[in-house]
Amino acid sequence: MESKEVVKLLGFWVSQSSMRVEWALRLKGVEYEYIEEDIFNKSPLLLELNPVHKKVPVLIHGEKVILESFVILEYIDETWKQYPILPQDPYDRAMARFWAKFAEEKFLDNAFKAMCTQGVQKEGYLKQAKEYLEKIEEVLIKGKSKFFGGENIGYLDIVLGVISYWLPLWEVVGCMKIVDPIQFPSTTLWMENFRNHPVIKDKLPPRDKMVVYYQWRSKEIGARMASARKS
Amino acid sequence: MADNKKITLLNSWISPFGIRVRIALAHKGIEYDYKEENLSNKSPLLLQMNPVKKQIPVLIHDGKPVCESMVIVQYIDEVWNQKSPLLPADPCQRAQARFWADFVDKKVYSLGRQLWITTGEALEAAKKEFLDCFKLLEGELGQKPYFGGETLGFVDVALIPFYLWFSALEHCGNFIMVEECPKIVAWAHRCMENDCVSKTLPDLEKAFGFLMEIIKKQRADK
Repeated sequence: MESKEVVKLLGFWVSQSSMRVEWALRLKGVEYEYIEEDIFNKSPLLLELNPVHKKVPVLIHGEKVILESFVILEYIDETWKQYPILPQDPYDRAMARFWAKFAEEKFLDNAFKAMCTQGVQKEGYLKQAKEYLEKIEEVLIKGKSKFFGGENIGYLDIVLGVISYWLPLWEVVGCMKIVDPIQFPSTTLWMENFRNHPVIKDKLPPRDKMVVYYQWRSKEIGARMASARKS
Repeated sequence: MADNKKITLLNSWISPFGIRVRIALAHKGIEYDYKEENLSNKSPLLLQMNPVKKQIPVLIHDGKPVCESMVIVQYIDEVWNQKSPLLPADPCQRAQARFWADFVDKKVYSLGRQLWITTGEALEAAKKEFLDCFKLLEGELGQKPYFGGETLGFVDVALIPFYLWFSALEHCGNFIMVEECPKIVAWAHRCMENDCVSKTLPDLEKAFGFLMEIIKKQRADK
């Protein structure tokens, strides 16, 4: 039977995308072997398994290789039926997929770039990030239950979960404030609930290591963005 | 099941994203009301139905909006699941299809646009990336008639609307698609043998003319 095949995950300790997959596997009680990948010195295994994007996470299930965190989440949900993370109703599923894409491509992307930049650029990304967060706060989170999955964590919680832990760290590193609790009370409450869930709180990267990492990484990406603007 | 509830599509005729949804609806034999949007003067209905991104396509089913083209295509496949599935049943094959549809989403549109707006060295670099991307897609297609296997599938629907762009991109990048990616061109012609594609895609010449006008304007604005 499928679920007896060995499950391995190639990840990177600080990657939000890798962590999403680990959260999903743990919520479903699926045993897996974690393989740490140094994304700055990519292994032959990673390059062989993901020749197209050369990125983590990579889920290996028996002989099968699954790539891209959103794709992996859906695969996990379709393969291990306990603790369903996507809603049953097609319309609710479409909403979850829409908001996951929006949160990743619009909100998180701008928040990350705000961390990496200075001055006018930073202000621009911050303004965008806050506008997108307003949509998330008003349309998505306000007035809803504890998690998007109801009383249980679901797909959209897992995707957005980054906001609860990575984003506050990005705010520290980037000397900026995005999630003002007064302006975003529902988001703030959701973040706290998510962070305190027993499965989640047990699987978060070490905060001090993350700060050091993002201090270096944000400067490196900021420099790359600046030189791209000049060319 | 869902058949007797009203369906409306808010769209723009030239949008490859809208074409994806129209192909999926035609593939399933679903009737719907079509509303052409003027994107420089968006209707109150569009702004109400997609307040977050204010973009087409939007599928309104029984009064409820669904946005983002491949989210809509999956929704259509899940609701009208009795016939002509676009995604396979097996979870691993579904993951492969979603991966490649995501690849098309991340690469084809933005690389194609780079070809429109860049010149000189930047254009040559964009052209190389664009063609590399299509060569990867050829690898994924392999010997199969469609990405979906024997019939049109999820990835075919994601990619075929960009066939409309080929002539304009060849013109901008000074290359010939059938020489660079013969398998993709053969696949596109094969897709066009399906009514749901050939009756949905706008006339190629009309599209070429329209795209060239946009390209001229965008290059002039730069």
